Amino acid sequence: MSLFKSFKKKIKNEPDPQNQDRGILVFENTSEVIRAENILKTEGWKIKVMGPPPEIRSGCDLVIEFPLIEELYVLRRLTEVGVKPIKVVPVNSVLLKPVDLFQIRDFGRHLMIRAANMKIAVDKKTLMIVNVSGGGCPDVPYLASQMVGKYLTDAPHPGDIGHTLCGYALQIAYDEIRNRCSL
Amino acid sequence: MLAVVGTIPDKEFPLTSGPVLLNDDHINIRDKAVNINRGTPALLAAAVETLKFMKKPNPVGYLIGDIGLGDGSRRLYKFLTENLKSASFHTITFHYLQPDVDWCNKVILTIEDMSQRPILIADAGFMYVAKMSGNATIFDLFTPDAGELAFLADEEAPHPFYTRGFILHEENLIPDLIKRAYIHGNAARYLLVKGKQDYIVDKDGIITVIDSPDEEALEPIGGTGDTLTGIVSALIASGMEISLAAALAAKVNRLAGYHAMPTPATQVSEIIKQIPRALEDVFNSRKTLI
Repeated sequence: MSLFKSFKKKIKNEPDPQNQDRGILVFENTSEVIRAENILKTEGWKIKVMGPPPEIRSGCDLVIEFPLIEELYVLRRLTEVGVKPIKVVPVNSVLLKPVDLFQIRDFGRHLMIRAANMKIAVDKKTLMIVNVSGGGCPDVPYLASQMVGKYLTDAPHPGDIGHTLCGYALQIAYDEIRNRCSL
Repeated sequence: MLAVVGTIPDKEFPLTSGPVLLNDDHINIRDKAVNINRGTPALLAAAVETLKFMKKPNPVGYLIGDIGLGDGSRRLYKFLTENLKSASFHTITFHYLQPDVDWCNKVILTIEDMSQRPILIADAGFMYVAKMSGNATIFDLFTPDAGELAFLADEEAPHPFYTRGFILHEENLIPDLIKRAYIHGNAARYLLVKGKQDYIVDKDGIITVIDSPDEEALEPIGGTGDTLTGIVSALIASGMEISLAAALAAKVNRLAGYHAMPTPATQVSEIIKQIPRALEDVFNSRKTLI
């Protein structure tokens, strides 16, 4: 048996691996679906218009399947053109929600916040971002290079320059640390 | 020989492969220099230092620029499917790459066609996609942190961003998360779980725990996980058994951090400078340290 096939045995009812990197964009109405489809297809995204799974059927009979990892970039682009989806969910587990738990560590002079797999640390006195860590998508080193050494008041927002779910998680940590630093 | 596949946070960086050298705070590949302060360059810098100590050849890098749009990663995936079959490596480490299930499957099929199957290590984005695509058990080693372990343990989550709260809450129950990751087939043959305590485990349970020196300030420092993956990759590529290499690497990484006298504001390049000293410490007194 080939190496690849020999390891393909999965437990029953596990999510389908072929869809694990796909997400669903849910819109208010079908005309928004069509507008979003036109924009994303024109820009070269691998997307598919399809019927929604039963768990999220809410009136609109179409949704758009898209590359979930690039959620942050896709959402930003659709918001820019005024067709923001009302909901974004993973294809295989449509009831999953983005992480909303924080881990907070106070090192005295420095404060660190973790959201999902992303961490941000600031100097509490100067409000300078001293480190960004965690994550695995390629915008993480890029975001770190753009943010570390800058002040919370001036640093670019991960939501504006990031592209992936890691960038999205960093935005959540970033919002929380700004909140805790009373900004 | 060790090969490292990853990305550079510069969208203009072209697809480049070749031996990687280390010069102060830069790695050099072909005619290009890249700062080692984070990501795959930090991993490569740690690997170069470790391979030098082990008197082994420098690693080969397969690198491309990608800032999260995935375009660079997909070109690199394509290059690997066209070129990896004829290559020969003892160990391949996959690192910061945009998770893409289709391309991950194609790369794994290409590896299957290599004349000698390399030891496969995955961290960061490629570890995510290895789990997403149902290919985790093909890999020999994953190096997750606590948050990423929770993602591996959550059979539903397609990315750490969607890890369910009740699993994230169990962060302090690392052994339970490890068990859950193996039950659902979402762990590699070995895991090196990095954190306050570093766990080296396989499907039968915990093999070793490395917990000293304990420098709390290392947690917020970006790149300390990358250096650990670089050290363990180099030790494995030197011929060391995986679980022993993982335990020694954890010790070396902790000692390098300790010698750097870190604060949460320390940059990982300061820690990389201490890796040769930490390797000396560990290998000169291996029996008493482990």
